[in-house]
Amino acid sequence: MKRYLPFVIVVGVALATFGSGAMLYRAKHEQLQAIPQDKALSGNSDAESMRIRGNPDAPVTLEEFGDFQCPPCRSFVAFTEQLLKEYDSRLRIVFRHFPLSAHEHALEASLAAEAAGLQGHFWEMYDVLYREQAAWSKAPNARELFESYAGTIGLNVDQFKKDMDGEQAKARVDADKERGESLGINMTPTIYINGQPIDPKNKNPEGVRAAINAALAGKPQA
Amino acid sequence: MTVSRFRTILYTVVAIVAVGGLADATYLSVQALTGETLSCGGSPDCFKVLGSSYAKVGGVPVALLGAFAYFCVFTFAIFAAFGYARARTFLIPTIGAMFLATLWFLYVQAFVLHAYCRYCLLSAAMTFLLAGLLIAAPPSQRQSGE
Repeated sequence: MKRYLPFVIVVGVALATFGSGAMLYRAKHEQLQAIPQDKALSGNSDAESMRIRGNPDAPVTLEEFGDFQCPPCRSFVAFTEQLLKEYDSRLRIVFRHFPLSAHEHALEASLAAEAAGLQGHFWEMYDVLYREQAAWSKAPNARELFESYAGTIGLNVDQFKKDMDGEQAKARVDADKERGESLGINMTPTIYINGQPIDPKNKNPEGVRAAINAALAGKPQA
Repeated sequence: MTVSRFRTILYTVVAIVAVGGLADATYLSVQALTGETLSCGGSPDCFKVLGSSYAKVGGVPVALLGAFAYFCVFTFAIFAAFGYARARTFLIPTIGAMFLATLWFLYVQAFVLHAYCRYCLLSAAMTFLLAGLLIAAPPSQRQSGE
């Protein structure tokens, strides 16, 4: 029996490793749901319309759940700009807030973007927040920096401060977060193309382009 | 304690440490395969390191190669503990290669990426421990005298 014992131990550990790895894979693999029709983007509300980039009537919608303090989300910004140029009127991009609790200033950053949006400058603040991410992420008082950004992009800073603390900005951020949670999202960026989630493994330029092209192929082009 | 008994205990400890490394590398492999390293949310400390270009070799996650290496060490150590002398000769180059790879990855984390992944550091500690245990093993000349 002793002769076979090392073989038994090695095979046992191999099976245990493979089994636990497979279970972990299943548990960790995001079980994202498609966006139901009744939750599809309407673009009618102020909150939604101000967060649309590109042609509002485009046949393909890329919906991004993002966190302003998340470095991969920052990397994704340059790519989305490239996509808008490539697909022109055929694509619209919608940003949804999904501030992760692990990121100290992410929620404040989302509120800053919404407060800027209330003055009609959501995307300007969005750009500044991602561009300056490295600076404010490590700042002890990020809010001071957000206020300085508001001044830089020409906002009424007093109004901006009030709006950051106001119910409207908070309600919009909370609504996005709830929408994301109801879809099973737990990481950022999470991307949807016409309501269908992109597998995390395909969250790269080739994967996103392939999903957009597939959506375009299934729809009459604008 | 006889040399033979000491060696059996030592290789058993090597096998146990290798199982620890295997668990760590398996976890990192799963992260890489699920795409978690491309996102924020799962392990904020890790995505910067594991999402970098250094985390793959020829499209294969380094963590997966690490898991394979730890499994090899475990297998050789178990057989060595059971008295298979040839298994001991495979341990030295395997752990040596892992040691050199660990030095490279520590350099990349410290001086290229300026970010540390705690799971990678844990793996580095395991590899250093394995190398230390291997050095502590009685020289092979004594094997003939057993």
